Amino acid sequence: MQLKIKYFGLLAEVTNCQEEYVNSSLSTVKDLLDMLHKKYPELKDKDFQIAQNNTIVALENKLKNTEIALLPPFSGG
Amino acid sequence: MSRYNRHIILEDIGVAGQKKITSAKVLVIGAGGLGCPVLQYLVAAGVGTIGIVDYDNVEESNLQRQVLFGTSTLGKNKALSAKERLTDLNPTIKINAYPERLTIKNAKEYFSEYDIIVDGTDNFESRYLINDASVLTNKPVVYGAIYKFEGQVAVFNYKEGPTYRCLFPSPPKESSIPNCSEVGVLGVLPGIIGTMQANEVLKIILDFKDVLSGKLFCFNAKTSQTSTFSISKSNYKVEELKPIESKNCNTEIKEIYIEDALQINNSQFLDVRELNEIPKADLPNYIQIPLRELSQSIHKLDKSKTIIVLCQTGIRSKTAIEQLQKQNFNNCFNLKGGIIASQNYLKEKI
Repeated sequence: MQLKIKYFGLLAEVTNCQEEYVNSSLSTVKDLLDMLHKKYPELKDKDFQIAQNNTIVALENKLKNTEIALLPPFSGG
Repeated sequence: MSRYNRHIILEDIGVAGQKKITSAKVLVIGAGGLGCPVLQYLVAAGVGTIGIVDYDNVEESNLQRQVLFGTSTLGKNKALSAKERLTDLNPTIKINAYPERLTIKNAKEYFSEYDIIVDGTDNFESRYLINDASVLTNKPVVYGAIYKFEGQVAVFNYKEGPTYRCLFPSPPKESSIPNCSEVGVLGVLPGIIGTMQANEVLKIILDFKDVLSGKLFCFNAKTSQTSTFSISKSNYKVEELKPIESKNCNTEIKEIYIEDALQINNSQFLDVRELNEIPKADLPNYIQIPLRELSQSIHKLDKSKTIIVLCQTGIRSKTAIEQLQKQNFNNCFNLKGGIIASQNYLKEKI
Protein backbone atom coordinates (compact mmCIF):
# COMPACT_ATOMS: atom_id res chain seq x y z
CA MET A 1 0.00 0.00 0.00
CA GLN A 2 1.06 3.58 -0.49
CA LEU A 3 1.21 6.03 2.42
CA LYS A 4 1.45 9.79 2.20
CA ILE A 5 3.44 11.11 5.17
CA LYS A 6 3.35 14.80 6.15
CA TYR A 7 5.96 16.34 8.47
CA PHE A 8 5.16 19.40 10.60
CA GLY A 9 7.41 21.98 12.29
CA LEU A 10 10.99 20.99 12.89
CA LEU A 11 10.32 17.41 11.76
CA ALA A 12 10.28 18.69 8.17
CA GLU A 13 13.81 19.95 8.81
CA VAL A 14 14.90 16.50 10.03
CA THR A 15 13.44 14.71 7.01
CA ASN A 16 14.25 17.56 4.64
CA CYS A 17 10.78 17.39 3.10
CA GLN A 18 7.24 18.55 3.95
CA GLU A 19 5.73 15.33 2.69
CA GLU A 20 6.65 12.10 0.96
CA TYR A 21 5.07 8.92 -0.37
CA VAL A 22 6.16 5.57 1.02
CA ASN A 23 5.31 2.10 -0.29
CA SER A 24 4.96 -0.32 2.56
CA SER A 25 3.58 -3.63 3.73
CA LEU A 26 3.71 -2.49 7.38
CA SER A 27 0.79 -3.40 9.57
CA THR A 28 0.73 -0.94 12.51
CA VAL A 29 1.58 2.68 13.27
CA LYS A 30 4.38 1.35 15.49
CA ASP A 31 5.93 -0.48 12.51
CA LEU A 32 5.83 2.75 10.55
CA LEU A 33 7.52 4.61 13.41
CA ASP A 34 10.30 2.00 13.57
CA MET A 35 10.79 2.32 9.84
CA LEU A 36 11.01 6.13 10.08
CA HIS A 37 13.48 5.89 12.98
CA LYS A 38 15.72 3.78 10.76
CA LYS A 39 15.36 6.11 7.82
CA TYR A 40 15.83 9.29 9.92
CA PRO A 41 17.79 8.40 13.12
CA GLU A 42 17.45 12.02 14.35
CA LEU A 43 13.70 11.46 14.75
CA LYS A 44 14.42 9.30 17.81
CA ASP A 45 15.32 12.44 19.80
CA LYS A 46 12.13 14.25 18.80
CA ASP A 47 8.75 14.25 20.47
CA PHE A 48 5.66 14.09 18.27
CA GLN A 49 2.23 12.55 17.85
CA ILE A 50 1.08 10.60 14.83
CA ALA A 51 -2.19 11.24 13.04
CA GLN A 52 -3.81 8.89 10.59
CA ASN A 53 -6.44 10.31 8.30
CA ASN A 54 -6.56 13.51 10.44
CA THR A 55 -7.05 11.71 13.76
CA ILE A 56 -4.34 11.35 16.41
CA VAL A 57 -3.84 7.61 16.89
CA ALA A 58 -2.09 5.19 19.24
CA LEU A 59 0.92 3.15 18.12
CA GLU A 60 -1.11 -0.09 18.14
CA ASN A 61 -3.46 1.22 15.46
CA LYS A 62 -3.58 -0.67 12.17
CA LEU A 63 -2.15 1.22 9.23
CA LYS A 64 -4.63 2.04 6.51
CA ASN A 65 -4.05 3.31 3.06
CA THR A 66 -4.35 6.92 4.16
CA GLU A 67 -2.54 10.10 4.99
CA ILE A 68 -0.17 10.10 7.96
CA ALA A 69 0.96 13.28 9.78
CA LEU A 70 3.77 13.67 12.31
CA LEU A 71 2.93 16.51 14.71
CA PRO A 72 5.48 17.92 17.16
CA PRO A 73 4.51 20.27 20.03
CA PHE A 74 5.42 23.94 19.53
CA SER A 75 6.46 26.11 22.46
CA GLY A 76 6.72 29.51 20.79
CA GLY A 77 4.41 32.41 21.50
CA MET B 1 -23.73 51.83 22.82
CA SER B 2 -22.39 52.71 19.37
CA ARG B 3 -19.00 51.19 20.21
CA TYR B 4 -20.42 47.68 19.73
CA ASN B 5 -22.94 48.50 16.99
CA ARG B 6 -21.33 46.20 14.40
CA HIS B 7 -21.63 43.27 16.79
CA ILE B 8 -25.17 44.12 17.87
CA ILE B 9 -26.51 44.29 14.31
CA LEU B 10 -25.22 40.74 13.69
CA GLU B 11 -28.16 38.36 14.06
CA ASP B 12 -26.02 35.74 15.86
CA ILE B 13 -24.80 38.22 18.49
CA GLY B 14 -27.33 41.01 19.04
CA VAL B 15 -27.81 42.87 22.33
CA ALA B 16 -27.98 39.60 24.28
CA GLY B 17 -24.68 38.34 22.81
CA GLN B 18 -22.92 41.62 23.46
CA LYS B 19 -24.12 41.44 27.08
CA LYS B 20 -22.49 38.01 27.36
CA ILE B 21 -19.24 39.50 26.05
CA THR B 22 -19.45 42.39 28.51
CA SER B 23 -19.92 40.09 31.48
CA ALA B 24 -17.13 37.65 30.44
CA LYS B 25 -13.81 37.41 32.32
CA VAL B 26 -10.75 36.28 30.35
CA LEU B 27 -7.21 35.75 31.66
CA VAL B 28 -4.44 36.03 29.06
CA ILE B 29 -1.11 34.44 30.06
CA GLY B 30 1.75 36.01 28.13
CA ALA B 31 1.52 39.41 26.43
CA GLY B 32 3.91 38.49 23.63
CA GLY B 33 3.44 37.62 19.97
CA LEU B 34 0.20 35.71 20.62
CA GLY B 35 -1.02 37.67 23.64
CA CYS B 36 -0.89 41.06 21.86
CA PRO B 37 -3.46 40.28 19.13
CA VAL B 38 -5.61 38.27 21.56
CA LEU B 39 -5.73 41.23 23.96
CA GLN B 40 -6.26 43.79 21.23
CA TYR B 41 -9.34 42.06 19.80
CA LEU B 42 -10.86 40.97 23.10
CA VAL B 43 -10.53 44.47 24.55
CA ALA B 44 -11.96 45.99 21.36
CA ALA B 45 -14.84 43.47 21.49
CA GLY B 46 -15.68 44.67 24.99
CA VAL B 47 -14.84 41.59 27.11
CA GLY B 48 -15.75 43.03 30.51
CA THR B 49 -12.81 41.86 32.60
CA ILE B 50 -9.38 41.05 31.21
CA GLY B 51 -6.34 39.84 33.15
CA ILE B 52 -2.82 40.02 31.72
CA VAL B 53 0.01 37.95 33.23
CA ASP B 54 3.54 38.74 32.03
CA TYR B 55 6.76 39.20 33.97
CA ASP B 56 8.97 40.25 31.03
CA ASN B 57 9.94 43.71 29.86
CA VAL B 58 9.54 45.00 26.29
CA GLU B 59 12.69 44.48 24.19
CA GLU B 60 13.44 45.97 20.80
CA SER B 61 13.43 42.53 19.15
CA ASN B 62 9.78 42.12 20.29
CA LEU B 63 8.52 45.04 18.20
CA GLN B 64 8.66 43.04 14.93
CA ARG B 65 5.50 41.18 16.06
CA GLN B 66 4.25 42.34 19.48
CA VAL B 67 1.96 45.03 18.16
CA LEU B 68 0.78 46.56 21.45
CA PHE B 69 4.24 47.95 22.18
CA GLY B 70 6.35 50.71 20.66
CA THR B 71 9.71 52.38 20.91
CA SER B 72 8.44 54.51 23.82
CA THR B 73 7.64 51.40 25.92
CA LEU B 74 11.05 49.68 25.59
CA GLY B 75 12.21 48.40 28.98
CA LYS B 76 8.73 48.60 30.55
CA ASN B 77 6.90 45.57 31.93
CA LYS B 78 4.68 44.02 29.23
CA ALA B 79 1.55 43.53 31.37
CA LEU B 80 1.60 47.13 32.62
CA SER B 81 2.51 48.57 29.24
CA ALA B 82 -0.21 46.54 27.46
CA LYS B 83 -2.76 47.73 30.02
CA GLU B 84 -1.90 51.35 29.26
CA ARG B 85 -2.35 50.90 25.51
CA LEU B 86 -5.54 48.82 25.92
CA THR B 87 -7.14 51.31 28.32
CA ASP B 88 -6.95 53.86 25.53
CA LEU B 89 -8.48 51.36 23.10
CA ASN B 90 -11.42 50.67 25.44
CA PRO B 91 -11.73 52.54 28.76
CA THR B 92 -15.14 51.00 29.51
CA ILE B 93 -13.79 47.59 30.61
CA LYS B 94 -11.74 46.41 33.60
CA ILE B 95 -8.13 45.40 32.94
CA ASN B 96 -6.01 43.72 35.63
CA ALA B 97 -2.27 43.68 34.94
CA TYR B 98 -0.20 41.09 36.81
CA PRO B 99 3.51 41.89 36.24
CA GLU B 100 4.44 38.45 37.56
CA ARG B 101 5.29 34.96 36.43
CA LEU B 102 2.58 32.33 36.53
CA THR B 103 3.67 29.87 39.21
CA ILE B 104 2.42 26.83 41.10
CA LYS B 105 1.70 29.23 43.94
CA ASN B 106 -0.51 31.77 42.14
CA ALA B 107 -2.00 29.83 39.17
CA LYS B 108 -5.10 28.36 40.80
CA GLU B 109 -5.95 31.59 42.60
CA TYR B 110 -5.76 33.65 39.40
CA PHE B 111 -7.60 31.07 37.28
CA SER B 112 -10.49 30.89 39.75
CA GLU B 113 -11.27 34.57 39.14
CA TYR B 114 -11.80 34.16 35.37
CA ASP B 115 -14.07 32.16 32.99
CA ILE B 116 -11.61 31.45 30.16
CA ILE B 117 -7.81 31.12 30.10
CA VAL B 118 -5.74 32.03 27.04
CA ASP B 119 -2.32 30.37 26.64
CA GLY B 120 0.02 32.75 24.83
CA THR B 121 3.20 31.63 26.59
CA ASP B 122 6.53 30.74 25.01
CA ASN B 123 7.74 27.72 27.00
CA PHE B 124 6.59 24.22 27.91
CA GLU B 125 6.76 24.67 31.70
CA SER B 126 4.08 27.37 31.51
CA ARG B 127 1.99 25.41 29.00
CA TYR B 128 1.82 22.34 31.26
CA LEU B 129 1.24 24.49 34.34
CA ILE B 130 -1.65 26.23 32.54
CA ASN B 131 -3.10 22.88 31.53
CA ASP B 132 -2.91 21.38 35.01
CA ALA B 133 -4.22 24.48 36.78
CA SER B 134 -7.11 24.75 34.30
CA VAL B 135 -8.09 21.13 34.94
CA LEU B 136 -8.02 21.69 38.70
CA THR B 137 -10.10 24.88 38.45
CA ASN B 138 -12.30 23.56 35.62
CA LYS B 139 -11.65 26.35 33.10
CA PRO B 140 -11.37 26.06 29.32
CA VAL B 141 -8.02 26.98 27.76
CA VAL B 142 -7.65 28.59 24.35
CA TYR B 143 -4.25 27.39 23.22
CA GLY B 144 -1.97 28.83 20.55
CA ALA B 145 1.66 27.98 19.75
CA ILE B 146 4.04 28.84 16.95
CA TYR B 147 7.25 27.63 15.32
CA LYS B 148 8.98 29.64 12.56
CA PHE B 149 6.22 29.70 9.86
CA GLU B 150 3.74 27.27 11.48
CA GLY B 151 1.10 27.66 14.13
CA GLN B 152 -1.29 25.51 16.19
CA VAL B 153 -4.65 26.48 17.73
CA ALA B 154 -6.92 24.40 19.97
CA VAL B 155 -9.45 24.69 22.78
CA PHE B 156 -8.71 22.38 25.70
CA ASN B 157 -10.69 21.30 28.75
CA TYR B 158 -13.90 22.70 27.25
CA LYS B 159 -17.08 21.02 28.52
CA GLU B 160 -15.03 18.02 29.68
CA GLY B 161 -13.29 17.72 26.32
CA PRO B 162 -9.64 16.68 25.78
CA THR B 163 -6.84 18.64 27.48
CA TYR B 164 -3.32 19.55 26.35
CA ARG B 165 -2.01 16.41 28.08
CA CYS B 166 -4.42 14.27 26.00
CA LEU B 167 -2.53 15.55 22.95
CA PHE B 168 1.00 15.77 24.38
CA PRO B 169 1.07 13.79 27.67
CA SER B 170 4.38 15.14 29.02
CA PRO B 171 6.88 17.90 28.24
CA PRO B 172 9.35 17.12 25.44
CA LYS B 173 13.08 16.73 25.79
CA GLU B 174 14.43 20.14 26.69
CA SER B 175 16.68 20.58 23.68
CA SER B 176 14.33 19.05 21.11
CA ILE B 177 12.04 22.03 20.49
CA PRO B 178 13.64 25.47 20.26
CA ASN B 179 11.60 28.66 20.90
CA CYS B 180 11.22 31.87 18.84
CA SER B 181 14.16 33.68 20.43
CA GLU B 182 16.42 30.83 19.36
CA VAL B 183 15.16 30.14 15.82
CA GLY B 184 13.16 33.17 14.75
CA VAL B 185 9.52 33.54 13.72
CA LEU B 186 7.65 35.26 10.90
CA GLY B 187 6.21 38.39 12.56
CA VAL B 188 2.74 38.10 11.06
CA LEU B 189 2.32 34.45 12.16
CA PRO B 190 1.50 35.11 15.85
CA GLY B 191 -0.87 37.81 14.53
CA ILE B 192 -2.81 35.17 12.60
CA ILE B 193 -2.71 32.51 15.33
CA GLY B 194 -3.47 34.98 18.16
CA THR B 195 -6.41 36.40 16.22
CA MET B 196 -7.76 32.87 15.81
CA GLN B 197 -7.42 32.39 19.57
CA ALA B 198 -9.42 35.59 20.15
CA ASN B 199 -12.06 34.19 17.78
CA GLU B 200 -12.29 30.94 19.80
CA VAL B 201 -12.65 32.95 23.03
CA LEU B 202 -15.60 34.86 21.56
CA LYS B 203 -17.16 31.61 20.27
CA ILE B 204 -16.99 30.15 23.79
CA ILE B 205 -18.47 33.31 25.36
CA LEU B 206 -21.28 33.37 22.78
CA ASP B 207 -21.88 29.64 23.21
CA PHE B 208 -21.45 28.95 19.50
CA LYS B 209 -21.73 25.32 18.47
CA ASP B 210 -18.46 24.64 16.65
CA VAL B 211 -15.78 25.55 19.18
CA LEU B 212 -12.35 24.12 18.25
CA SER B 213 -12.53 21.57 21.09
CA GLY B 214 -11.12 18.07 20.59
CA LYS B 215 -9.29 19.36 17.53
CA LEU B 216 -5.85 20.69 16.71
CA PHE B 217 -5.82 23.29 13.93
CA CYS B 218 -2.50 23.75 12.10
CA PHE B 219 -1.55 26.58 9.76
CA ASN B 220 1.51 27.00 7.57
CA ALA B 221 2.18 30.63 6.64
CA LYS B 222 4.57 29.68 3.83
CA THR B 223 2.22 27.34 1.98
CA SER B 224 -1.09 28.77 3.29
CA GLN B 225 -2.07 25.14 4.01
CA THR B 226 -4.34 24.34 6.92
CA SER B 227 -5.09 20.97 8.54
CA THR B 228 -7.31 19.97 11.45
CA PHE B 229 -6.70 16.83 13.51
CA SER B 230 -9.06 15.12 15.96
CA ILE B 231 -7.86 14.48 19.49
CA SER B 232 -9.49 12.00 21.84
CA LYS B 233 -9.64 12.21 25.59
CA SER B 234 -7.01 10.23 27.51
CA ASN B 235 -7.15 8.93 31.08
CA TYR B 236 -4.53 11.34 32.39
CA LYS B 237 -5.48 12.64 35.84
CA VAL B 238 -4.14 15.87 37.30
CA GLU B 239 -4.15 15.68 41.09
CA GLU B 240 -2.01 18.64 42.16
CA LEU B 241 0.33 21.24 40.69
CA LYS B 242 3.92 20.08 40.61
CA PRO B 243 7.09 21.61 39.16
CA ILE B 244 7.13 20.58 35.50
CA GLU B 245 9.99 18.27 34.60
CA SER B 246 11.64 18.95 31.28
CA LYS B 247 13.48 15.94 30.03
CA ASN B 248 17.09 16.47 29.09
CA CYS B 249 18.65 14.23 26.46
CA ASN B 250 21.03 12.48 28.88
CA THR B 251 19.74 13.01 32.39
CA GLU B 252 16.61 14.54 33.77
CA ILE B 253 17.11 17.88 35.44
CA LYS B 254 14.12 19.44 37.13
CA GLU B 255 13.99 23.23 37.07
CA ILE B 256 12.19 25.51 39.48
CA TYR B 257 11.56 29.25 39.87
CA ILE B 258 12.56 30.96 43.10
CA GLU B 259 8.89 31.61 44.03
CA ASP B 260 8.19 27.86 44.03
CA ALA B 261 11.58 26.85 45.45
CA LEU B 262 10.88 28.82 48.61
CA GLN B 263 7.65 26.83 49.13
CA ILE B 264 9.42 23.47 49.43
CA ASN B 265 9.73 22.13 52.96
CA ASN B 266 12.88 20.38 54.14
CA SER B 267 15.04 21.96 51.46
CA GLN B 268 18.61 23.13 51.22
CA PHE B 269 19.89 25.85 48.87
CA LEU B 270 23.28 24.93 47.42
CA ASP B 271 25.20 27.82 45.83
CA VAL B 272 27.96 26.51 43.53
CA ARG B 273 29.40 29.91 42.62
CA GLU B 274 32.86 31.04 43.73
CA LEU B 275 32.79 32.52 47.25
CA ASN B 276 33.49 36.08 46.05
CA GLU B 277 30.74 36.26 43.42
CA ILE B 278 28.01 38.87 43.80
CA PRO B 279 25.12 39.37 44.36
CA LYS B 280 25.13 37.44 47.59
CA ALA B 281 22.19 35.11 48.04
CA ASP B 282 20.08 35.58 51.15
CA LEU B 283 18.26 32.24 51.35
CA PRO B 284 17.14 29.84 54.08
CA ASN B 285 19.21 26.67 54.75
CA TYR B 286 21.93 28.06 52.52
CA ILE B 287 25.25 26.39 51.87
CA GLN B 288 28.02 27.50 49.53
CA ILE B 289 30.30 24.96 47.81
CA PRO B 290 32.04 26.17 44.61
CA LEU B 291 31.51 23.78 41.69
CA ARG B 292 35.20 22.82 41.50
CA GLU B 293 35.14 21.66 45.14
CA LEU B 294 31.80 19.89 44.97
CA SER B 295 33.08 16.34 44.52
CA GLN B 296 35.33 16.59 47.64
CA SER B 297 32.67 18.31 49.77
CA ILE B 298 29.65 16.29 48.74
CA HIS B 299 29.44 14.78 52.26
CA LYS B 300 28.34 18.21 53.56
CA LEU B 301 25.00 17.72 51.83
CA ASP B 302 22.00 15.86 53.19
CA LYS B 303 20.43 13.27 50.86
CA SER B 304 17.15 13.37 52.77
CA LYS B 305 16.62 17.02 51.80
CA THR B 306 15.42 18.55 48.54
CA ILE B 307 18.50 20.30 47.20
CA ILE B 308 17.95 23.45 45.16
CA VAL B 309 21.14 24.19 43.28
CA LEU B 310 21.93 27.71 42.13
CA CYS B 311 24.66 29.72 40.44
CA GLN B 312 24.75 33.05 38.61
CA THR B 313 22.51 32.14 35.63
CA GLY B 314 21.60 28.47 36.02
CA ILE B 315 24.26 26.84 33.81
CA ARG B 316 26.96 25.73 36.29
CA SER B 317 24.24 24.53 38.63
CA LYS B 318 23.14 22.02 35.96
CA THR B 319 26.66 20.57 35.86
CA ALA B 320 26.53 20.37 39.65
CA ILE B 321 23.21 18.50 39.52
CA GLU B 322 24.67 15.98 37.05
CA GLN B 323 27.47 15.32 39.56
CA LEU B 324 25.00 15.05 42.44
CA GLN B 325 22.75 12.66 40.53
CA LYS B 326 25.72 10.37 39.89
CA GLN B 327 26.16 10.25 43.68
CA ASN B 328 22.49 9.28 44.06
CA PHE B 329 21.16 12.65 45.14
CA ASN B 330 17.83 12.09 43.46
CA ASN B 331 15.92 15.05 44.78
CA CYS B 332 17.61 18.06 43.15
CA PHE B 333 16.19 21.12 41.42
CA ASN B 334 17.98 23.64 39.27
CA LEU B 335 17.11 27.25 40.19
CA LYS B 336 15.88 28.54 36.85
CA GLY B 337 17.89 31.51 35.57
CA GLY B 338 20.09 31.40 38.68
CA ILE B 339 20.45 34.22 41.18
CA ILE B 340 20.24 36.84 38.39
CA ALA B 341 16.70 35.82 37.44
CA SER B 342 15.67 35.48 41.09
CA GLN B 343 16.99 38.85 42.27
CA ASN B 344 13.88 40.90 41.57
CA TYR B 345 11.66 38.49 43.47
CA LEU B 346 14.02 38.31 46.43
CA LYS B 347 14.28 42.10 46.58
CA GLU B 348 10.49 42.55 46.45
CA LYS B 349 10.13 40.06 49.28
CA ILE B 350 12.44 42.11 51.49
